[in-house]
Amino acid sequence: MEETSWLEWLISALLLIGAAFALIGSLGLARLPDFFMRLHGPTKATTLGVGSIIVASMVFFSTRGEGLSLHELLIALFLFITAPVSAHIVAKAALHVRLPYRKDTQNWDRDS
Amino acid sequence: MNTTTTPRRPRRLLPHPVLSLFMLALWLLLANQISGGHLVLGALLAWFIPFVTQSFWPQEMTLGRPWVALKFVFLVLWDIVIANVIVAKWILGSPKKLKPAFMKIPLDLEQDFSITVLASTISLTPGTVSADLSPDSRYLLVHTLHTEDPAETVATIKQRYEAPLKEIFECSTS
Repeated sequence: MEETSWLEWLISALLLIGAAFALIGSLGLARLPDFFMRLHGPTKATTLGVGSIIVASMVFFSTRGEGLSLHELLIALFLFITAPVSAHIVAKAALHVRLPYRKDTQNWDRDS
Repeated sequence: MNTTTTPRRPRRLLPHPVLSLFMLALWLLLANQISGGHLVLGALLAWFIPFVTQSFWPQEMTLGRPWVALKFVFLVLWDIVIANVIVAKWILGSPKKLKPAFMKIPLDLEQDFSITVLASTISLTPGTVSADLSPDSRYLLVHTLHTEDPAETVATIKQRYEAPLKEIFECSTS
């Protein structure tokens, strides 16, 4: 047990980091003032939050002596494909129904 | 762009080699082991699925510069980590101080697939979400949580993400 303890430290640290970022992402959902700003919360949780939990799982299952475990990478891959698409569709729908956004939102357009 | 006017190509035996390789890797990951049986089954699926669905993939998928592509993946992963920390600070700080912005980014990319990859990259890096694409695919509307200088943010996105994507996917068309 002694020689594996640093691995346990690493896995625990990764899990805590992942959980912290998922929490901050959800906190953003509650704290930010308008719809488009709140949209940034979930993209955070899915990238670094789920990312570090996945790395923790890979380290845990790969070091149990049953061979390399890499199929967690698929979770990351599918999330990285689907999360931006759903964010895009939600934002597009919000623009379509003209949801209000904060008055001081800047509008930048090279041509205007 | 005009996929509807592209003439139907004759069916080919191996329409998308890159896609096939990718699917083989995907199958081996799903099985979570590398054995003879899974290699054969994976190879069969990786050939058969692109073969029967080739009419859904009108554009040739070329991976022009694999080395640049690999560098791009690591650049994006690194940026995701850095940007996550920055956005975490913004959220925990005072949201009233944030200066959100809508930015209309003029696109140099021409193919649907590379525009999709750019839009996804923008959404994945925290702090920016791509919200809309103009009907003629020449502008991408991006919302950012906080920026002091929108023009500079747009220039960064164009130079950091769009330029490598252009090199990877569209070096033959440019």
